[in-house]
Amino acid sequence: MEGAWDIAFVLFQVWMSIVAGLIVLPAMFGVSLGFTDIYIKVLIKTLEWATLRIQRGQKEQPALPSQSANGIIEKHDGSMEEEIGELRRSHPKNLAGGDFTLCDAFYFCKKGIENIVEDQVTQRFTSEELASWNLLTRTNNNFRYISVRLTIMWGLGVFIRYCILLPLRITLASIGLSWLVIGTTLVGLLPNSNAKNWLSDLVHITCYRICARGLSARIRYHNKENRPKKGGICVANHTSPIDIVILANDGCYAMVGQVHGGLMGVIQRSMVRSCPHVWFERSEMKDRHAVAKRLKDHIADKTKLPILIFPEGTCINNTSVMMFKKGSFEIGGTIYPVAIKYDPQFGDAFWNSAKYNMVSYILRMMTSWAIVCNVWYLPPMTRQDGEDAVHFANRVKSAIAQQGGLIDLSWDGGLKREKVKESFKEEQQKMYSSMIQDLTEKNGLQKTYTV
Amino acid sequence: MGSTNSTLLKIPNVEVLMQETGFSPAHIIRLHDRFKALDKEGRGYLCPQDFGAIKELAMNPIGDRIIGAFFSPGKETVDFHAFVKILAHFRPVDKDRPKEPNSPEPINSRSNKLKFAFQLYDQDKDGKISRDELLKVLRAMLGMQVTEEQLESIADRTIQEADLDRDDAISFEEFRKSLEKVNIDHKMSIRFLR
Repeated sequence: MEGAWDIAFVLFQVWMSIVAGLIVLPAMFGVSLGFTDIYIKVLIKTLEWATLRIQRGQKEQPALPSQSANGIIEKHDGSMEEEIGELRRSHPKNLAGGDFTLCDAFYFCKKGIENIVEDQVTQRFTSEELASWNLLTRTNNNFRYISVRLTIMWGLGVFIRYCILLPLRITLASIGLSWLVIGTTLVGLLPNSNAKNWLSDLVHITCYRICARGLSARIRYHNKENRPKKGGICVANHTSPIDIVILANDGCYAMVGQVHGGLMGVIQRSMVRSCPHVWFERSEMKDRHAVAKRLKDHIADKTKLPILIFPEGTCINNTSVMMFKKGSFEIGGTIYPVAIKYDPQFGDAFWNSAKYNMVSYILRMMTSWAIVCNVWYLPPMTRQDGEDAVHFANRVKSAIAQQGGLIDLSWDGGLKREKVKESFKEEQQKMYSSMIQDLTEKNGLQKTYTV
Repeated sequence: MGSTNSTLLKIPNVEVLMQETGFSPAHIIRLHDRFKALDKEGRGYLCPQDFGAIKELAMNPIGDRIIGAFFSPGKETVDFHAFVKILAHFRPVDKDRPKEPNSPEPINSRSNKLKFAFQLYDQDKDGKISRDELLKVLRAMLGMQVTEEQLESIADRTIQEADLDRDDAISFEEFRKSLEKVNIDHKMSIRFLR
């Protein structure tokens, strides 16, 4: 028995030194040994091979257009005027075009049925569908059994992901987080000085780098000259809690959020010891003025790190950007927009908080192939004179959507929990009435003339 | 792998459903996923509130009528079969379908599409759109944007144009005749991408 324990212990030591030597140490110094790059290259080749096999297997099916993988029905984006105009033109008695005709209802009927089959809001809260399968069971919707070889590849993939990658990643994540807690607590013991800030930054970045390795993340940063500076506010689109790790790998930010209990709480408390973050109690969150004041005070102090805020307020599935809440844009200061786009081929980063809790989400992340994403730093923006916060927020949102190749929506992400306001329906009615009233008014005039 | 077939097996009488509606297996699966997504509590059927939760439908002026079309008179629930059958009205017309003399008319024929639209107007299902019913639809589509007089004049004009037998109501045949030239297939069809 003792012999078995000894062997186990030796194996454990070997395992830990490999991990430490090949992964943790290079991560601390920001050096990449190139393992992730090789891994990703092999992965791409494998997935391409798998795609070819699937396409060959599906040849007997009619060729379907490989469109944006997120719509299931064809939508004609004509405006209400165009669509109803087309309907009316085919009506024989409609000479002037502008009268109500019985077929007007068809427009609303079709739109309604389209929305029953697929609507813009719910669609943004489900994971993006892939055009071709990436050998993960969870993304397998349309793909049926093709060949033995493909099944073997898939089986091999499961083995590699669950038995080799998962333990490795869990080890790294635990090392990273413990390092964060211990390191920040130690740094917190020092008196305030430049050295303390430098050490705090080092501890934070190292921890996030280790965590990024723990997710097999390959991140590309573009336009690094626009990186957020101290005293500013960094604003980004939100897809998952991993966004924080992605951004913090290349710079230090002051986090904003609610105080949690449990493990999160421990991490939060130790982080705040080494450099100021902004953590709110639940009760404080309701008071918008108190929140705004704290944030204002933070950015007024030019020695403090830039704040990181996600104005959508909730996780969206990375195909679009939803309404930015104006709160962050009323504080003043310089806004540094950042666009984050994940490549869904290697792993779906979207956190569907209704479907998965945090733990199952992290497990899913750690059993994906990899997290590959692009981060674009956009030039800083400030609120112009006479511009209101909502308009400014929309301006920033459009810039981010355009850079990241995401669809710019004005729906509120919070709508997934609330009801739609009556005013939306009134707008539709107003638009429709403008297509009739002109002629109704003209008719009224004509009647008086003929009399 | 093979999860497609297992999903299909979970749906009862799926073969009959596919034959009646003409949807392909892939479409049935998508509609089933959508049905499950709308059925948040997993009860196996939908009620009007589940439809009301769709944001864009809530802002559609005749959204309530469209929702009503899914529920047979007196029933408060709609199961997956009925859901798919109603949506089958909006399948594009099958141009290459051979005309078998004894087979029933497919759900997505031009005539059935028109009947669906007719029912949005004819809420009491007496086969005619009365002046009153027309006024109600106009009020729904225009809301507070027009006065009562304007609504009445629009309704009067519409009935005048379409009502051929002078009974002050629009029957289905008159409805159909009035919309002869409209491209129903294009305007009342929804194409699935996959």
